Amino acid sequence: MSAAYVTKSPWVVHYDGSSCNGCDIEVLACLTPGYDVERFGIINCGNPKHADVFLVTGSVNEQNKGIVKQIYEQMPEPKVVVAVGICACSGGIFKDCYNVMGGVDQVIPVDAYVPGCAARPEAIIDAVVKGLGVLQAKRDAMVNKVEAPAEEAEDAKAIEAAEDAVTEEKKAVAVPPIFTMAEIKVNTMDFLKK
Amino acid sequence: MAKRTIVPFGPQHPVLPEPIHLDLVLEDETVVEAIPSIGYIHRGLEKLCEIKDFEQMVYVVERICGICSFGHGWGACASMEGALGIKIPERAEYLRTILHELGRVHSHLLWLGLMADAFGFESLFYHCWRIRETVLDLFEKNTGGRVVFSICKPGGMRKDISNENLQEMVKVLNGLKADIKEVTDTFIQDASVKNRMTGVGVLTKEEAMELCAVGPTVRGSGVRQDIRLTGDHGVYKELGFEPCVEEAGDCMARTVVRIREVFQSIELIEKAVEMIPDGPVDMKVPKKVEGEFAIRLEQPRGEAFYYAKGQGTKFLKRMRVRTPTNINIPALVKMLGGADLADVPVLVLTIDPCISCTER
Ligand code: SF4
Repeated sequence: MSAAYVTKSPWVVHYDGSSCNGCDIEVLACLTPGYDVERFGIINCGNPKHADVFLVTGSVNEQNKGIVKQIYEQMPEPKVVVAVGICACSGGIFKDCYNVMGGVDQVIPVDAYVPGCAARPEAIIDAVVKGLGVLQAKRDAMVNKVEAPAEEAEDAKAIEAAEDAVTEEKKAVAVPPIFTMAEIKVNTMDFLKK
Repeated sequence: MAKRTIVPFGPQHPVLPEPIHLDLVLEDETVVEAIPSIGYIHRGLEKLCEIKDFEQMVYVVERICGICSFGHGWGACASMEGALGIKIPERAEYLRTILHELGRVHSHLLWLGLMADAFGFESLFYHCWRIRETVLDLFEKNTGGRVVFSICKPGGMRKDISNENLQEMVKVLNGLKADIKEVTDTFIQDASVKNRMTGVGVLTKEEAMELCAVGPTVRGSGVRQDIRLTGDHGVYKELGFEPCVEEAGDCMARTVVRIREVFQSIELIEKAVEMIPDGPVDMKVPKKVEGEFAIRLEQPRGEAFYYAKGQGTKFLKRMRVRTPTNINIPALVKMLGGADLADVPVLVLTIDPCISCTER
């Protein structure tokens, strides 16, 4: 856990898109003894308005996409979205189902993907910690925006630089610990072919 | 008459790990009517069997629900084995029974924790889940997965579990008993827990039977109903199984049923490990399914029904699953009528809802 990121305790809100429950209970397992992320100050709160990190499990469909969007919009800036489980990344095993639209990134921007079916608690914690890096970058970007109003040009530059930093950071972080999304897809295809 | 208000409950709600939506019609603080609406997690699994062959289908069916995933895998395999007309080796049948009962221990501990969370007893929640982690470790050691195992396949088991590992499993579980007892005694004896559960959400025997409730919900109302009694799956007949029944029909009774079942499952595992025969766990299966078959299984939440119909190819024509929460929702709606608003979370959890089962 890189302590530099934890300037305050990040609160998470969890929503079950159309998961099989497997990933949800792993998310809860992270919070309970055994993995116990509460020792880092990470708490599961039921209210999106209090949350910094949004954990989504399961894919989106017609019925719940509005709700996922709503929860995302209710969260205050800066915020981070973590897609937990291969369902939330791409639709996973249910990709071919008629009522599955695909990964959560179809509806809201996602900052970190956790592969696995079910995603292991270690991987989820890892993703949240990486998400905290993104959160910090976003926060810095916001602060810079507020603090540098003096010269228009410099202002724009600062914002640009900050945004660049965010995207850079995102690029570095959005990649799951071991594979990129593309690699996962390729690997899965290879595996299925076998 | 007091003015009526409608309070929406869910789909995103702190006590709900899964989305279900209830419109609660209130008069003051009393619920007059609850109107459920579902469909947030519907995926369309049954249709998927047209493009996945019958062996791949097991992986999909297991993911109906991550909590009773072993049971679902078993149900799917058993229905396909029936349709294929094969009988699996005895050792595989024993192993399935053992893992299914282990799944029940984990599922009930999980539920006890969520229930404690619903009435605001957070440390109890954490203790239940702490114990559950040990059970998950057993699963991980013997099957390779924590929540989704994929160890069942049509024709038997994907791999054997050695007798030493089984004996160690029994040892670990017996060691857990004291821990479980300490936690569950809190449920039964603690005054604050009693206040929240005794006499809340009473479902009489007649109502339970009329609404076709299943599983611990109906057994908590004094009905001796358990699919394990029929003996058409697993080795429950050989193990001499007798269901746990409580008479009161309130939330407390349903909790006590589940607590007793945790200990009963550990005993069943112990007996099965003593009796398990040696031999193969797997057999060759035909590549094409013809015929049809239906089987019922007692899941931690109640009766689940599986139906498979072949069409002479490796693809099934139809795979149908009916799950316990689906059947228990009418009982839940009945219990909610006349309840206090503050009791709603407890009542929703008392049937042990598994929404992803319900909607598939
Ligand atoms: S990724 Fe797998 S375990 Fe997780 S919700 Fe999807 S199907 Fe279930």
